[in-house]
Amino acid sequence: MTTATIPVLTKKDFQTDQEVRWCPGCGDYAILSAVQSVFPELGIPREKFVVISGIGCSSRFPYYMNTYGFHTIHGRGPAVATGVKIAHPELEVWLATGDGDSLAIGGNHTIHMLRRNVGIKVLMFNNKIYGLTKGQYSPTSEFGKKTKSTPFGTTDRPFNPLALVIGADTSFVARSVDVFQQHLKDTLRKTAKHSGSAYVEILQNCNIFNDGAWFDLTEKEARSEHVVQLEHGKPLIFGKNRDKGIRLNGMETEVVHLGNGNGLTEKDVLVHDEHHPNPAYAFLLAQMEEKPGFPTPIGVLRSWDRDRYEDVMALQIQDVIAKRGPGDLSQLLRSGDTWEVR
Amino acid sequence: MATITDPVVRAHKREVIEKAVLRFCGDSGDGMQITGSQFTNTVALYGNDLATFPDYPAEIRAPAGTLPGVSGFQIQFSSSDVFTPGDSVDVLVAMNPAALKTNIKDLKTNGILIVNRDAFTDADLRKADVLSNPLEDHSLDGYRLFPVDLERLTRSALQDLGLDAKSMDRCKNFFALGMSYWLYNRTMDLTYKWIEDKFKAKPLLVEANKMAMRAGYNYCEATEAFQVSYEIPPAKLTPGTYRNLSGNQALAIGFVAASQKSGLPLFLGSYPITPASDILHELSMYKNFGVMTFQAEDEIAAITSAIGAAYSGSLALTTTSGPGMALKTEAMGLAIMTEIPLVICDIQRGGPSTGLPTKTEQADLLQAMFGRNSEAPIPVLAPSTPGDCFWVAVEAARIALKYMIPVIILSDGYLANGAEPWRIPNVDEIPGIQVKFATDPVGFLPYKRDPQTLARPWAIPGTPGLEHRIGGIEKQDVTGNVNYEPMNHEKMVRIRAAKVEGIAQDIPDVVPAGDPDGDLLIVAWGSTYGAITAGLKAGRAKGHRIGHVHLRHLNPFPKNLGEVMSRYSQVLVPEMNMGQLSMILRAKFLVDAQGYNKIQGQPFKQAEIEAKIEEILG
Repeated sequence: MTTATIPVLTKKDFQTDQEVRWCPGCGDYAILSAVQSVFPELGIPREKFVVISGIGCSSRFPYYMNTYGFHTIHGRGPAVATGVKIAHPELEVWLATGDGDSLAIGGNHTIHMLRRNVGIKVLMFNNKIYGLTKGQYSPTSEFGKKTKSTPFGTTDRPFNPLALVIGADTSFVARSVDVFQQHLKDTLRKTAKHSGSAYVEILQNCNIFNDGAWFDLTEKEARSEHVVQLEHGKPLIFGKNRDKGIRLNGMETEVVHLGNGNGLTEKDVLVHDEHHPNPAYAFLLAQMEEKPGFPTPIGVLRSWDRDRYEDVMALQIQDVIAKRGPGDLSQLLRSGDTWEVR
Repeated sequence: MATITDPVVRAHKREVIEKAVLRFCGDSGDGMQITGSQFTNTVALYGNDLATFPDYPAEIRAPAGTLPGVSGFQIQFSSSDVFTPGDSVDVLVAMNPAALKTNIKDLKTNGILIVNRDAFTDADLRKADVLSNPLEDHSLDGYRLFPVDLERLTRSALQDLGLDAKSMDRCKNFFALGMSYWLYNRTMDLTYKWIEDKFKAKPLLVEANKMAMRAGYNYCEATEAFQVSYEIPPAKLTPGTYRNLSGNQALAIGFVAASQKSGLPLFLGSYPITPASDILHELSMYKNFGVMTFQAEDEIAAITSAIGAAYSGSLALTTTSGPGMALKTEAMGLAIMTEIPLVICDIQRGGPSTGLPTKTEQADLLQAMFGRNSEAPIPVLAPSTPGDCFWVAVEAARIALKYMIPVIILSDGYLANGAEPWRIPNVDEIPGIQVKFATDPVGFLPYKRDPQTLARPWAIPGTPGLEHRIGGIEKQDVTGNVNYEPMNHEKMVRIRAAKVEGIAQDIPDVVPAGDPDGDLLIVAWGSTYGAITAGLKAGRAKGHRIGHVHLRHLNPFPKNLGEVMSRYSQVLVPEMNMGQLSMILRAKFLVDAQGYNKIQGQPFKQAEIEAKIEEILG
């Protein structure tokens, strides 16, 4: 047998003949384009990819990816994907989901998939609104938001998605933005390299029902002041003039100004460690966006290796086979106390 | 195989009888289920035919000695065919006043009543809301009462072992078991072996339980408490090797067999629920068969993970009971739409809502048939006895894989926990299951069907060149692309229905038991089989012309069912529900099917079926 060579794939190989039916101007196009660009780079045969989704605008994703694809039902994508991964750990399973699909109706499956560390890559498109049902608030909508279902404003507090998944001990946690194409692609590459559960929040603009939800971060003027890019081993510095940093003060993060005569320099700033053994570190980062005057961190918040659920299960099966020998049906049927009738 | 030694030879009278019904009852902490299953295994190994009925409360430990805490185990064993655990009881062993109070009504007049006298103090009586002591007030005069100081005698037998009082009292069920073995001339060898295995880490408890049982046996021998002991010769069953098997065990090994026969790995997605959990427990032991058991976070993840496993080429299974079925309905729709092979086991219990978790019922038939949004037909199968569960598991897997379709099995609590001697088939008696994954990209379309079965190709992820998308949105015929066109939708709805209907060509016609035509046809399904079979025998013995059709396939029905029903003047449908099969029969065949409905969480008795037949034909 000759070694199978993987044909060189291009972006085009991952595009389907189906007409893409998101609204013109939707942030999903940018995410689709980034994924279709990154997949061919990964050196994985196309037939090994399975793109799974639940329900919502984001969940139409599989139809546009020329891979194996399964558009399941609302919120249940993680469970279907878990079944696929257990049955075939060698498959490359990606899950496209949204803030409603993943955090409302599918919240339970999401946290359990992540705590088990099933090797599934989750792309959670967060547009802080329900798009497909035409404009109701979502579990990530800001408190008090007026929407079609809350004409007087919401009365419930939102989830911080990354804080939530860090709480579930997710082994890879990252954030990127639909319009930051290079950053998004780079994040997807890192995501692809991670073997366990990966949860990537992609800040995505719904230009119909929640236009500008992320303008604070994405508008050119605001970008550098409101975003801090996390890079492993690099200090957390942001600002147009890179004159602000994040410092750790006890159990709190604080924004400090550098080089304005207060004696603080880059050396005083927190250096990002995505492999930090204590999830509390990533949790602090995840919470920053809620604090006034703080930038929103993008990039990889947490990345550490632990055993994947499907591998542990497969090992256990191999172990039992090694100890007991492969199952013999005839013996199984005759197990327990038997007697002969003549 | 265990060796069977001859019972001890004794001087007392030994009477040979055909059959007996024995019930152990006590507090749910008294070990009645263990006692019952030990007796069952011994009786089975001796070669009697038998049927059992474990009946226990939903509470793990209701307050000790109270009425809700009573747990019972009944067995009928015989030298001839046994169809039910028996309507009434020949020997009742009651461990406390609560057990006596709730079970005495089922003891035959002049039946043997063994009572643990130590549990009849004033305080015990109060716990069971019993006003006067039945051991003293002559209310039990119609029975052969044997008050035995079970606790005192057990303690004195174990006094030298150095156990505390509580541990000694825990052995009293084995004292009662020893008495029962004496009464029916049974060897204790099998239970000795079981005790040695069960308590192998605690040698003192091995000693204690064995001594307690021996003490019970010797007590009967020495005191001559009973003047007679009974001998029930082995039954003349079909020759072969037998084992004792409960319905849930049978389902579990049936799916392992289907997995082996199809060459597909078995995947179970499940969430614990009474009375289905034993299937999960059982299958989780068979890892050496490559069985993947996934205890999911909820019922929905249980079925959707199974859908994922099926999509990627496993023989996939989910197991549950009624409330879990309700949660799984949307996912069943997904499996129907994406035409994925899947087996869904519903071990029915009393409902609605939480209902009666440990009691049996057959009221999920309409849910299985119609309980989904829109037109969503699913094949439905029902086993009729614990052993039949094995064959139904294999059949359900065959249909699911051949037709690329989810299939529902409706078992129930009575079948799940009841046991019977099961003739072990040779592996080659189990039908083979052919499975072919699609591999050829030339002309591949995900919804291009086999013209015979209407099954779509099974193209599993990892297959080069067959990348395609499926999902819950309506499919275009042949291509499987998303499609909202009106005529395509109607076509697809009709195709999905035709696929299910077509299975009727692939299942055997029904052949009525009893008379092939006549005055009355009993049409039934599921666990009512035993009571109806026994009732039918009695009814025919009285000269009535009666037939019995017990449906294994409930959707689609066997194709000759309408014709068979037309051969009888009347049709009777006994069911443990408000008349669900009868409703379907009436709707489908315009036949005047009369319901006979029992909704008490308890199986039909033979006498009830007999009486109903008399009422109609008498």
